[in-house]
Amino acid sequence: MSTAQDERVEVRAMKGEYQFGFHDADQSVFRAKKGLDRTIVEQISEIKKEPQWMRDYRLRALDIFLQKPLPTWGGNVAVIDFDDIYYYVKPTQGEGRTWEDVPENIKKTFDRLGIPEAEKKFLAGVGAQYDSEVVYHSLKEDLERLGVIFVSPDQALQEYPDLMKEYFGTIIPPEDNKFAALNTAVWSGGSFIYVPPGVKVDVPLQAYFRINSENMGQFERTMIIVDEGAQVHYVEGCTAPTYSSESLHSAVVEIICKPGSRVRYTTIQNWADNVYNLVTKRAVAYEEATMEWVDGNLGSKLTMKYPSVYMRGKGAHAEILSIAFAGHGQHQDAGGKVVHGAPHTSSIITSKSISKDGGRSSYRGLVKVTDGAKGARSKVVCDALILDKASRSDTYPVMEIDESEVSIAHEASVSRIQDEQLFYLMSRGLSETEASVMIVNGFIEPLVKELPMEYAVEMNRLIELQMEGSVG
Amino acid sequence: MGTDLSIRNLQVSVEGKQILRGLNLEVKQGEVHALMGPNGSGKSTLAYALMGHPKYHIDDGEVFLGGESLLEMSADERARHGLFLAFQYPTAISGVTLADFLRRSISAVRYAHAGRSAEAAENGQRKSTLMPMREFRRELLQKMKDLGVDQSFARRYVNEGFSGGEKKRVEILHMAMLAPKIAILDETDSGLDIDALRTVAEGVQALIGPQLGVLLITHYQRLLNYIKPHFVHILLDGQLVESGGAELAEMLEAKGYDWVREKYAEPVALTSDSAE
Repeated sequence: MSTAQDERVEVRAMKGEYQFGFHDADQSVFRAKKGLDRTIVEQISEIKKEPQWMRDYRLRALDIFLQKPLPTWGGNVAVIDFDDIYYYVKPTQGEGRTWEDVPENIKKTFDRLGIPEAEKKFLAGVGAQYDSEVVYHSLKEDLERLGVIFVSPDQALQEYPDLMKEYFGTIIPPEDNKFAALNTAVWSGGSFIYVPPGVKVDVPLQAYFRINSENMGQFERTMIIVDEGAQVHYVEGCTAPTYSSESLHSAVVEIICKPGSRVRYTTIQNWADNVYNLVTKRAVAYEEATMEWVDGNLGSKLTMKYPSVYMRGKGAHAEILSIAFAGHGQHQDAGGKVVHGAPHTSSIITSKSISKDGGRSSYRGLVKVTDGAKGARSKVVCDALILDKASRSDTYPVMEIDESEVSIAHEASVSRIQDEQLFYLMSRGLSETEASVMIVNGFIEPLVKELPMEYAVEMNRLIELQMEGSVG
Repeated sequence: MGTDLSIRNLQVSVEGKQILRGLNLEVKQGEVHALMGPNGSGKSTLAYALMGHPKYHIDDGEVFLGGESLLEMSADERARHGLFLAFQYPTAISGVTLADFLRRSISAVRYAHAGRSAEAAENGQRKSTLMPMREFRRELLQKMKDLGVDQSFARRYVNEGFSGGEKKRVEILHMAMLAPKIAILDETDSGLDIDALRTVAEGVQALIGPQLGVLLITHYQRLLNYIKPHFVHILLDGQLVESGGAELAEMLEAKGYDWVREKYAEPVALTSDSAE
């Protein structure tokens, strides 16, 4: 552990409070006026010097957004005031290729979040987004030479227009849901990744999303195309300042796993608890491809997110690991969807949720097997840990099975920390908080051990922070 | 200056039912006391109450450890003051490795020994006070070797899927690592076959010395073939009725508990369990 990281740990460890709630003074170079209309969408497209087709795409999506009703299930999104949001805030003139290119105050923020440090130690590439735009991007030279592309989608639109045009919106069209339509209309920033056939990127690529402005809407767009037999692990982290008013984060992530490829997408979402996090994430997996979502949701006021995998080729495999932690005033409505659209496809969904101090966590999931997907196998395991009487956990599993030659399993459990466990640990010198943290970390261990070491440590630490001050 | 355990007129109830009815006992560092008694006499209640299980309600009496009032302390504070309880049924903690548990436990207890306030540990300085990994590993591996615990147990989840004998051996391993001043062993011999019993007993025997006081709670005399007590006490219906030397245990072995019942517990004995 370096000194910089130790310092971070110390700062966070001081109290059981959100440690990323600080913000920088507004030094943005452009800020669209609040609210959403045609002019704003055209303005965004104009600033980005986009081709006509993208501008039209955005405007079409805006119409869809305005027409579609709000979802009435999941969390309460009716309270979001869409007129009170900044849809586009441009923090800098351009994207940095080195951290020296990034304005000092913004660089300092990412330093505090430990990004340049992590980049040096264990990442193959880094993207850093601040409000609406990516302010920094890097990719190791050897990967660049192998033809790997890791840029912002804005840049991809300029440099790889054909790839963007071919795939954009094909996995998640604006018609999919209201928030996907919103994202498509006002998207800005995110990641664009292409891995050529057979190339294995064996160290993670990471993107970090930071909201700085108050009443901000962040709408990054991510597209990952992994060609035949290729492999990549993408990690995203996110934090925001704590403001008294709400912010909105509504991303769209589209992933294409070509035959025989292997993709892992890891999220450690740690938004401040004034952020609405309404995200659509979907992957398509072709023959013998493996798609894995590792989805950790610790922050936000409300998260609605169900990463999904559509298995369209024989022998494709999907894995979704979901960890949700709902503390005071938080609602984590998370889960996953798998669609078995080809024979001998297999999927595993594992969900672990923790609710405390009146927090609410829900598992919402779908297992769908289409007619003809013979030999499909699916297993869903949902475990909930409820730490006190004020907290709540629900499960909403849906199964649509249109094929008879399948194997489907579903297990669910709800537990509480047992007095005997607490007493046993305390009798060996651990305080009540330490003992609870240990039990909770043990509860999510089967998922955390799937994470690269650095993220596993981070996850355990975040859980510890969530737990501190809550017990005893 | 010994850290002695001093129990005075201890009265304990569980869920409204009185179990201990005024118990007096002194366990000094360096002494081994065996506490024997039939089922339901209150042996385990004493163990849990001394360690501070919230379910065990103290109705009256006092307990001191090294002159400090134990009953005011939470279970973790008691541990940090040098009290240890080897559980009869150690609970499983899924997802937590034995090594991680031991390291945190030992760090918590030694940190307290260093004389700094427990409050500081609460305020997040915990990480900086974890025992250095290298030092911990060396010590753990040595103690595992001494007690015949396979190294692979360090990576296993606490008590999950352990056999009865493995659980007990790991309890003694924990005791060896914590080096308590007073240790309560609650039916450590129960559920063990003869080989497991010998290994566990030898492990305990090796820890016994002038710095350790032991309260050995057992139903049977067989553990005492390996661990020689200085004192033997008989608990009946929540009170100590007989105290003596090792010969008392031998007498129990030969004659059972019936004579104790006949001698002491007139009306109560008639209603107490007749398992023996």
